[in-house]
Amino acid sequence: MNYRAIWAIYTSEMMRTGRTLAQSIVSPVISTALYFVVFGAAIGSRITDIDGVSYVAFIVPGLIMLTLLTQSVMNASFGIYFPRFIGTIYELLSAPVSFLEIVIGFVGAAASKSIILGLIILATSALFVPLHIAHPFWMIVFLLLTSITFSLLGFIIGIWADGFEKLQIIPLLIITPLTFLGGTFYSTSVLPPLWQKIALANPVVYLISGFRWSFYEISDVHIGVSVAMTLVFLAICLAITGWIFKTGYKLKN
Amino acid sequence: MPSIISVKDLSKTYASGFQALKPITLDIEKGEIFALLGPNGAGKTTLISIICGIVTPSTGVITVGGHDIIKDYRAARAMIGLVPQEIMAAPFDTVWATVSMSRGLFNKPKNPAYLEKVLKDLTLWDKRDSRIVTLSGGMKRRVLIAKALSHEPQILFLDEPTAGVDVELRKDMWDVVRALRASGVTIILTTHYIEEAEEMADRVGVINKGEIILVEQKADLMRKLGKKVLTLHLQQKLDALPAGVETAGLKLGASGHELVYEYDTQRERTGIGTLLTTLNNAGIRVRDLQTTQTSLEDIFVGLVSDRT
Repeated sequence: MNYRAIWAIYTSEMMRTGRTLAQSIVSPVISTALYFVVFGAAIGSRITDIDGVSYVAFIVPGLIMLTLLTQSVMNASFGIYFPRFIGTIYELLSAPVSFLEIVIGFVGAAASKSIILGLIILATSALFVPLHIAHPFWMIVFLLLTSITFSLLGFIIGIWADGFEKLQIIPLLIITPLTFLGGTFYSTSVLPPLWQKIALANPVVYLISGFRWSFYEISDVHIGVSVAMTLVFLAICLAITGWIFKTGYKLKN
Repeated sequence: MPSIISVKDLSKTYASGFQALKPITLDIEKGEIFALLGPNGAGKTTLISIICGIVTPSTGVITVGGHDIIKDYRAARAMIGLVPQEIMAAPFDTVWATVSMSRGLFNKPKNPAYLEKVLKDLTLWDKRDSRIVTLSGGMKRRVLIAKALSHEPQILFLDEPTAGVDVELRKDMWDVVRALRASGVTIILTTHYIEEAEEMADRVGVINKGEIILVEQKADLMRKLGKKVLTLHLQQKLDALPAGVETAGLKLGASGHELVYEYDTQRERTGIGTLLTTLNNAGIRVRDLQTTQTSLEDIFVGLVSDRT
């Protein structure tokens, strides 16, 4: 294992975050704070408690998950796409580095950034609602699994994309709608029965439900199912990444 | 000389069906400067990219230092530094960060003293904290060289390194190349500036339309294919070549003040002695004389045009 190469890629990616602090950290924190103000304080004050949890507190796990998903995908996809776009990928391909090490470097950095962001947003939420985390261990597990899984998805998108439009299209047209429809702002139990069943086809439902359970012990689906579905999604992303390794898809001619 | 890179029956056909390289066999000797010449689209960059691991070969076997570039890619690639043709460097990284990253990618422990030397040799030390985007084109090219040298490679590929750079940088670059060669580094370069290949290279390979046309010691090539021209400056103007003086390869210059004689250096008898005696007998007095030799460029153009 070329640990120095993993570290070189990881630190280089993390330095990029440092350079774009406003875009990488301040902007998501501000938009999350706006969600708290609008949905929590303004609209939320007129919404009754959900399963004994105030609405503003109810949306905290969903908002963290929303940031985690979008930031993981964006960071990882941009991280690998940018070297492809400007041509510096030649150095990664000509260095004594395996594809696995490249993935660990990029995905590790993207996941680290989203975890840091998730924790910052968690801390920000403490300014709006009293924090209560019933199962800190499971909260961390979901945080880790989700950020790694979606960073892998972002990496795949960054390899697949051959233009900035494609790079944006999946996060905008798929991830964001799935997150909003996945129970960020509501419990799927409030949906009509048919839509409840349809919602189960949305993988984000399992992530938000499990994550919310780790806070308040309330969930749309059983925690075991949430963990299993997250692992299935992780396995799918790993399988696709493995296929990219094997074929050199879009990396080598 | 033992070979450090061995290319056997290498070919490359892209998914589009375009055959960039026909089966090529080539050996690069340890410690030499090998110049690969060829027109645009000849396959130079494809060949380099395959050896460096950027492009997958269609057929053939390549070893670098005895290591197969696919089965034992780590050992093979660790020996190679690559300076690409295009200027490609992370624009927002500082010079120091980018060379440090390159060293890390090649699994070398930190060595600030060595990196300092590389940057100083390339007149980049003062720019170490500058972001690459703020540098001039020539400086960016120096950064690419510094990155390639950051991990102390035993083989250096320079793909058109002096294209579009100023005279000063070109001179600096060749000073660095000479020093590297003196330290035992094998250098493979492609260049459009054939005079550089002529000055620097030990051996020359010519590639055209995906085929290696020839590989020769530069001196042998110049001797074999090189023609010399003898120019005789005359004391008096001639309107035409006098009868009895005409001989193959001899022409009267446009001004009438010089005779130009082209001869083959490989022939046992060049005919110079006979020519001078004949001129003397005809009463034509020679004021001065000079000889010039065909350049590598002339040879190259001749070779490539023969095949097209």
